[in-house]
Amino acid sequence: MSDEDVDRLFQALSDSTRRDILQRSITDEQSVSALARHYDMSFAAIQKHVAVLERAALITKEKRGREQIVRGHEATIRTAQGVLELFEALWRQRASQIARILATEKGKP
Amino acid sequence: MTIMSSTKDATDLTLVFVTEFNATPEQVWEVWENPRLLEQWWGPFLYPATFVRHDFVEGGESRYFMTGPEGQIAPGFWHIESIDKPRYLAFVNGIAGEDGEPHPEIKPMAASMTLEAIDGGTRMTVTSRFLSTEHMEWFLETGMEEGMGQALTQIDALLA
Repeated sequence: MSDEDVDRLFQALSDSTRRDILQRSITDEQSVSALARHYDMSFAAIQKHVAVLERAALITKEKRGREQIVRGHEATIRTAQGVLELFEALWRQRASQIARILATEKGKP
Repeated sequence: MTIMSSTKDATDLTLVFVTEFNATPEQVWEVWENPRLLEQWWGPFLYPATFVRHDFVEGGESRYFMTGPEGQIAPGFWHIESIDKPRYLAFVNGIAGEDGEPHPEIKPMAASMTLEAIDGGTRMTVTSRFLSTEHMEWFLETGMEEGMGQALTQIDALLA
């Protein structure tokens, strides 16, 4: 994943409506018009959010008849998961270092 | 130390990390409050942190830098938003520029820490939400990711 890809990923996930759209499309494929019904926003606004998610490769979009169907793109979602795993590793390390300090400090008068 | 749970929400880039220590909440609070103890654990292995400022009060500012094995310097900052000793801390943590001051364009991450007394110790819950790429890019550039992966293996080996 290049720096630009990572930037697009973070930017796509920085908006609560887009996170919600993504959440819905992970569980089940959705048509853009069905998605739009969930939000107090114009169809065009939802289409824009969908386009940002598509550029970040978080969802894929296909035309089916007159409908546009979106679904979560598993590989990219796994990458976001990977970013969090990195930070999880950092916190595991921090926790083990804290435990070591606490064990040493308690031995002090 | 026992890691109780670690929850990752990829759609929201949030990590909730829960761990328990065999110590009182006051003792765990001390490792956050005392900068000489804080710098012994804040930086990843091989990237020790040095805190040059640590105003551990509401509205307080902290400035630190981490030093990598090849002498790379990574400065960072905290801004304390809310503090309730020895129970709760909310702060933002971000990347600083070469002058050591918060980078004007890079969004910091939002973090909170809660301590609860439990039977025989303290439960610490840390929540972090990431909104910018820079932290991760720095990790990748410095090879810290590799160091963390190795450390993870070591910890798992100890726990096995």
